[in-house]
Amino acid sequence: MITLEHIYILSGALIAAYAVLSLREGLFGNAAFWGLLAASFLLGSHLGNFANGLIAIALVVVGGFGLMRKGAPRTTSPEERRASAESHGSWLFAPALILPLTALIGTAFFKHSGLADPKQATLVFLGLGVLLALALCYAWLRPPVLAPLEEGRRLVDTIGWPVVLPQMLAALGAVFALAGVGDAVGKLASDYLPLGTPTAAVICYCVGMAAFTAAMGNAFAAFPVMTAGVGLPLIVHRYGGDPIAMSAIGMLAGFCGTLMTPMAANFNLVPAALLELPDRNGVIKAQLPTALILLVANTVLMAVLVYRH
Amino acid sequence: MWPLLGIAVVVLGFALRANPLLVIAVAVGVTGTAAGLSPVAMIEAFGKAFNDARLVSLAFLTLPVIGLLERYGLQERARMLIARFRRATAGRLLLLYFLLRQVTAATGISFGGQAQMVRPLLAPMVEGAAEAQVGELGAAQRFWLRAHAAAAENIGVFFGEDIFVAIGSVLLIKGTLEGFHIFVEPFALSVWAIPTAVLAALIHGTRLLLIDRRLRKP
Repeated sequence: MITLEHIYILSGALIAAYAVLSLREGLFGNAAFWGLLAASFLLGSHLGNFANGLIAIALVVVGGFGLMRKGAPRTTSPEERRASAESHGSWLFAPALILPLTALIGTAFFKHSGLADPKQATLVFLGLGVLLALALCYAWLRPPVLAPLEEGRRLVDTIGWPVVLPQMLAALGAVFALAGVGDAVGKLASDYLPLGTPTAAVICYCVGMAAFTAAMGNAFAAFPVMTAGVGLPLIVHRYGGDPIAMSAIGMLAGFCGTLMTPMAANFNLVPAALLELPDRNGVIKAQLPTALILLVANTVLMAVLVYRH
Repeated sequence: MWPLLGIAVVVLGFALRANPLLVIAVAVGVTGTAAGLSPVAMIEAFGKAFNDARLVSLAFLTLPVIGLLERYGLQERARMLIARFRRATAGRLLLLYFLLRQVTAATGISFGGQAQMVRPLLAPMVEGAAEAQVGELGAAQRFWLRAHAAAAENIGVFFGEDIFVAIGSVLLIKGTLEGFHIFVEPFALSVWAIPTAVLAALIHGTRLLLIDRRLRKP
């Protein structure tokens, strides 16, 4: 049976390859970063908590102090890409579609086939989808053997250290939970806000997600705090709401906050600069009406859907 | 109330544009100290949390496939598809791009991007279409249309991507809930992103279609 652990090993092997290829190019910071991350994926389940903590801190040091540079993996030229796009046509989208389709079909029909761990079926089938898509691309496009690894490295290098940001923020959320941050936020909220009804709790959670996200510029950072503080204790435990619908819609309420804030520089300020707008908040102004209406819509949706039983 | 200091560190650190990884590490240190953890216990807690959250980073497992397809012209092909609609009005062009972006984000295809599609392709096409509709554009109109091109990209992605299972936010929710012993399949989460995606299409789509009307007003 294929478990999540096997997918971690697949992922760790890919990241280890990025490390080796970076080293070959003389990018020692990148090699250290990808090497550490590969170690976490390959060995994390066997190392103790302390060793894993040291890996996480080392990643913070390498990524946080700007020791990484963008590599220059060998790839195709813009002309070659245009010619290839002409000759291959829209079939180029097909291998990309294999990934979600494999995950979907695998989870829907083969969850209990014994092939994959039923508890983590989607991620296991997604990993198999990656291998399937790569096999197909090798057969169809006949790329150089190392091309998928080099192209993968090209993309992770354009992202850089923010690759681990979602995982780090999730870890921070868990540490917050352990230290009782959620309880403190929940206590503050219930002391100062009228949260006496199920609907009021939903309003507090959705608006809180948007406001917290706007303050931090990042829904990923807001989600663990609001969920531990207001979502789980009030909506789920006190009023019996569905944690799954709550979390999914709550994250989207947070995205409404992202659309409204200059703190989310990547999404809002960088495009304004790219498009040479004189007003750096021009993109935010174009987004604001939609963001506000959608925040109300998400709040209503959650109030209706989360207590549907 | 002392554990709340960690949140203050995050808000302050992000406001000062400090490197987020360093902000997170400091926030862990402050929160752990406030909760009375020893340095070793703090490192252990962070290590366990980081290790348990590995599934969040599985979103990047798809990069070799996407990168390989880009090598063979995936982005160029997307540009060719969009360029076919040169004759559309500004509002309809924005609407088309916005809906395409929602659908491609929902299926995990790398398609757009502010630097890859909006600046080189969408914004000039929208400006060109508007000029064909109403003649010479004023500077304010031009900037307003460009801002809408960037907004169509952001809103399309934000309210499409959570339908895709291997996206960071869906995996972050899964990882966070597992920390509270709630186990959930990514698909169970992503179906709940569909109602909002439909509403976003209706709400923002309507706003985009109104752009043509506003252009015609002097």
